[in-house]
Amino acid sequence: MAATKVYVPRETAAISVGADDVAIEIARQAKKSGDSIELIRNGSWGATWLEPLVEVLVDDERIAYGNVAAHDVAEMFTSGFLTGGDHARRLGPTIEIPYLINQDRWTFWRCGLIESLSLGDFQQHAGFKAIGRAFEMGADAVIEAVKTSGLRGRGGAGFPAGIKWQTVADATGDQKYIACNADEGDSGTFSDRILMEGDPLGLIEGMMIAGFAVGANRGYIYLRSEYPLTHSILTRAIATARESGWLGENIQDSGFDFDVELHLGAGSYVCGEETAMLESLEGKAGIVRYKPPLPAISGLFGKPTVVNNVVTLASVPNIMNLGGEKYASFGVNRSTGTLAFQLAGNIKRGGLVEKAFGITLRELIQDWGDGTASGRPVKAVQVGGPLGAYIPEEQLDTPLDYEAFIEIGAMVGHGGIVVFDDTADMAQQARFAMEFCAVESCGKCTPCRIGSTRGVEVIDRMVEGIEREDNYDLLVELCDTMEDASLCAMGGMTPFPVRSVLKYFAEDFSSAVGADE
Amino acid sequence: MTTKAFDKQAATEIIASFESRAEMLVQILHGFISRFGWISEDAIRLLATKLNLSRAEVHGVVSYYHDFRTSPPGKHVIKICQAEACQAMGSRELSTHAEAALGVDLHSSNENVTLEPVYCLGNCACSPAIMVDGKTYGRVSADRFDDIVAAVGESS
Repeated sequence: MAATKVYVPRETAAISVGADDVAIEIARQAKKSGDSIELIRNGSWGATWLEPLVEVLVDDERIAYGNVAAHDVAEMFTSGFLTGGDHARRLGPTIEIPYLINQDRWTFWRCGLIESLSLGDFQQHAGFKAIGRAFEMGADAVIEAVKTSGLRGRGGAGFPAGIKWQTVADATGDQKYIACNADEGDSGTFSDRILMEGDPLGLIEGMMIAGFAVGANRGYIYLRSEYPLTHSILTRAIATARESGWLGENIQDSGFDFDVELHLGAGSYVCGEETAMLESLEGKAGIVRYKPPLPAISGLFGKPTVVNNVVTLASVPNIMNLGGEKYASFGVNRSTGTLAFQLAGNIKRGGLVEKAFGITLRELIQDWGDGTASGRPVKAVQVGGPLGAYIPEEQLDTPLDYEAFIEIGAMVGHGGIVVFDDTADMAQQARFAMEFCAVESCGKCTPCRIGSTRGVEVIDRMVEGIEREDNYDLLVELCDTMEDASLCAMGGMTPFPVRSVLKYFAEDFSSAVGADE
Repeated sequence: MTTKAFDKQAATEIIASFESRAEMLVQILHGFISRFGWISEDAIRLLATKLNLSRAEVHGVVSYYHDFRTSPPGKHVIKICQAEACQAMGSRELSTHAEAALGVDLHSSNENVTLEPVYCLGNCACSPAIMVDGKTYGRVSADRFDDIVAAVGESS
């Protein structure tokens, strides 16, 4: 009898709540009962609230068990786990889990489905089909397809990827680079990580297509050091691709050369800003560069460079396979396609939800997230990381669309959604925005370096009730200066969360002890 | 976390494994951290010589990044996420608990443990999150924190 396939994710969040212990216990119980199993370490499906989510393949159908702890395993075996037997942890077939089936999986479709580090499994699921398609189409047609798709930079800035690629393709120079930004530093975001841990070869394929399109033979992945498991998975994926001739010289006899080097960041938030990242890739302190010149003209080591986020690059293979028009058929207005929203913070069902643009925050938080973890009312939602505005309850019906969010003084960013309940002290959150900027500022420009420290002091005085109105005016003026005169988004957008607190949660400043009003 | 005395021979080998390329400085420093636990003055001198950089240039890079500590850490390094998603789930209270339980303030060390803030471990759907000796833990209540710390203490 063939070995029964059992899936246990090798993914940071799942392991952080015990997936490795569960895998060990499953192997132990199988040995004890004399059952033959094949233990497969897949990525996460992204239903993080159900982790560790274990599956067993029964009659070609994967049966899921959620929130499995190591001490559940013996009992699960007694209940016939290996034949999909009933148990309190049993969720039913994976493909029927509502959290997953109601998504629009374009970029993350292989995450959870395949064994992350298996080249065979990857290729059985259309892996490296897209690069072959790109070779047939030719570089110009690849860029045209990306333009047609309307794909915009998923790191947060939302710049059209096709136009960036065109600029690099048109730039003169023998040496060009692809730099993949995997410095996912925004709080509340983990989609890059889930992608890299669940489908690392898919990212490599996206980088290859970008390299082929613009004429670059070298790619870099700049990965944050807070992701040690991701580092080990990517290292092995790159080695696998090299050993099988999918990276290196003359890839699969195509005449195209491409290789990838993996670099680790070192705990600096600003290194997620593209020019600081390039400095760090060159081995220097991650200090922001002046723009222009754009990295597309003069980037890594002064050469034309495509800097794209992980999710942007990983969205490309299916644009080759299914067409730019198909991608553009998802979404609304100028926000075409899908975004991997990440539900985080005080939320009952946190995780990754890939949906077409146009869905509202309320739908995501209610229908997927099932409200707050604490069961208390939602007070504020921070979207787009620490530089994103705090959105009040009454604006939760705003559709997720880059432009619609700009209109309300917020940003979609990298799609991180952090929920706070009514116990949150928003004055403290405004202070944190300034404090974080003070800790992480690269120090090159004055508004960010000094302004953030002054911002903390001014907020402290307001909270203490010292000359609150004057300090309010001073804080607004400081926000204007930082926004107008900072070199990059760090100082330039730190005012966004601060202003949103002033606008929607001003009462939190006056409720503090010692208030004089 | 292993903390070992600076070993010039071992350090030279790490530099050589990156072909003494100056653009690999950040990566070489990571190699030093995993080998020695911290970046010493001797390490900075050696890097300057081998990479043909000034000591000031090397120091500038070392001091810029949070990861490159310039004093030896405790036997275990515990990082507590202080970013927004974890704040929304009580990371401030968890930090206070950790400081009391370990007898060490954030940003400081004793012989046994170094307690550091970290701004996001990317485990935001399992907040609050911590990292102990490079391993990430999620859904960390005060009780679970104590259990994790006890288990790590026993294994060392």
